[in-house]
Amino acid sequence: MRTHETGEPAGADDGADGGADDGTGAAGRPGSAGLLRLLAADRAAVAACAVLLLVALCALLGPPLFGDLAREQNLRAVKLRPFSTGEGWEFVLGSDSLGRSVLARLVVAAGTTMSVAVPAVALSLLVGSVWGMWAGFHRGWRESVSMRIADVILSFPSLLLAVVVLYVFDPGVANIVAVLAVARIPVYLRTARAESAQLRSRLFVDAARTFGTGDGALIRRHVLPIVLPTLLTVAAVDFCFVMLTESSLSFLGIGIQPPDVSWGLMVAQGRAELRNAWWTAVLPGLAIIITTVAMTQLANWARIAGDPAQRWRLTVPERRGRGRGRARAGRATAGEAPTKEQS
Amino acid sequence: MLTFLGRRILSSAIPLLVVVLGVFFLARLTGDPANLYLPLSATQEMRDAFSAKHGFDDPLPAQFAEYLSQVARLDFGESLRTAQPAAEAVLRAFPATLQLAGITMLLAVAGAVVVGSLAARRPNSPADRIAGFLSSASASTPDFWFAIMGVLVFAVTLGWLPTSGTVGSAAWVLPVATLLIRPFGVLVQVVRGAMVTALSEPYIKVARAKGAGERRVLFRHALRNAGAPTLTVAGDLAVGLVNGAVVVETIFGWPGIGKLMIDSILQRDFAVLQAAVLLTSLTIFALNILIDICYALLDPRVRQGAMA
Repeated sequence: MRTHETGEPAGADDGADGGADDGTGAAGRPGSAGLLRLLAADRAAVAACAVLLLVALCALLGPPLFGDLAREQNLRAVKLRPFSTGEGWEFVLGSDSLGRSVLARLVVAAGTTMSVAVPAVALSLLVGSVWGMWAGFHRGWRESVSMRIADVILSFPSLLLAVVVLYVFDPGVANIVAVLAVARIPVYLRTARAESAQLRSRLFVDAARTFGTGDGALIRRHVLPIVLPTLLTVAAVDFCFVMLTESSLSFLGIGIQPPDVSWGLMVAQGRAELRNAWWTAVLPGLAIIITTVAMTQLANWARIAGDPAQRWRLTVPERRGRGRGRARAGRATAGEAPTKEQS
Repeated sequence: MLTFLGRRILSSAIPLLVVVLGVFFLARLTGDPANLYLPLSATQEMRDAFSAKHGFDDPLPAQFAEYLSQVARLDFGESLRTAQPAAEAVLRAFPATLQLAGITMLLAVAGAVVVGSLAARRPNSPADRIAGFLSSASASTPDFWFAIMGVLVFAVTLGWLPTSGTVGSAAWVLPVATLLIRPFGVLVQVVRGAMVTALSEPYIKVARAKGAGERRVLFRHALRNAGAPTLTVAGDLAVGLVNGAVVVETIFGWPGIGKLMIDSILQRDFAVLQAAVLLTSLTIFALNILIDICYALLDPRVRQGAMA
């Protein structure tokens, strides 16, 4: 089996030392000042941060500030092209077939999209990682049962599940969040289980156990700090997936319902106007792509800058990055093959 | 090897059963088909007769037992909508999806292996950076949006490709391209990561020292070892394609199984829905077994683990 090399050198651009691996948790990781300096050195990561901050700002302030504007129909300003002047600043990105400002709708839709994606990711992260750490730590039947449950959820046609559930119940935000969260729990469950199954036999866990630490405290104080950076990176990538799924559902008409608006729904509505108002479908799609790419870039950066002891990328796409730091993640995926069949 | 396979088959059969069970009960939660198939003015007697005719008046467990015994006799019931055998409808739709998914996966893997390997040759070179950015953008593009853009540019504006249909090779371009973008983007990143790892291993130095050419080093020595992670992710993506082509099939009017599933939910056509889910689940089940066999073929460590 794979061994968990201790104290291996951190990523190529050091500054993050491998301290987290010795079980001291937060104390071993670079301070926030160090992380900021690392971030500033990477232009792509800075740009990604800026984009995400802008989206977050739109999501938080958009609905109260632009909510009325997004609903306001101006029949004298129908299907204005982007950058058309003369009708006021709110039509800088054009207007749709009802004369609503595309810019205002984009901003308000950011709020809706985030109000689905953020709780869904948070919920699946919380449930999946606690469950996974518990399962991996105790091994035995608890582990096998949990992994079988994860298999079941993963092999369920997820879009079908969403369609059925959203037909049975109303397609409100809460139900969409619930469907997405349940569908994504296995991702964290598997990651957390794999890591914690390995950590439980490490020396520092044995040492803590010798001193009479209970199981709950062992997981909380010795497993969690090491698994957390990995889980957060997984969550960042999964965030993109959840966002794309929500927009697919909304596009298919079983997600966000009008008069609410999300980016996916905007694309669906713009589809009818493709011939004479293409921007109503193009712009929300671009918003989705830009946000997703920014999130991916930031997650990748965090993975390199963060804890070097992380591995396990069964469900997460591998990615480009700087040479040496990268090599490890790739090997972890290769090493996953034997475990898959054992679990 | 055989016991290894047997274990795998047994442990993958459980999810299969649960999925079949889950779909059976969930579908019946979506509503009473009588509301859809009978006129609004239908009397209670007509409703009861309808339910009795299709067996919906039995308690759910009894219905499920009946369903299982039918399936055991390879009888998948009749479509409520067309009164044709459900198996026929499903088998008619399935090849369309399978061909689409097969071509897409083939192109995605082949393209990703080439692009990913070339990007991994010089990590952080301009070519690598471009490949990295493009693959992350392509993995982040919503498929429905890409499909609409394709229709807008190539069908509406340029008129090169048809907007829907399955006749002629031109009709395949947009659906395949739409399905392709995400798996391709993800796979390029996986291949690249795995190749960077493989290329930094000592045996690559040995191969180079023995005078192996660049292409031989890349594709014979490194790629073989980068195969396992690629296979894992490709398998997951293929599973997603088989059951998730719904968006593409809806936009391009492709008569595949995803569209059939959604339609049969909307029309409470339980028999067709169950048959469709059963078939896709079986396909995914077979695919997973196949992937496990491929692992064993690729990686001697797995082979030994399987023997033990």
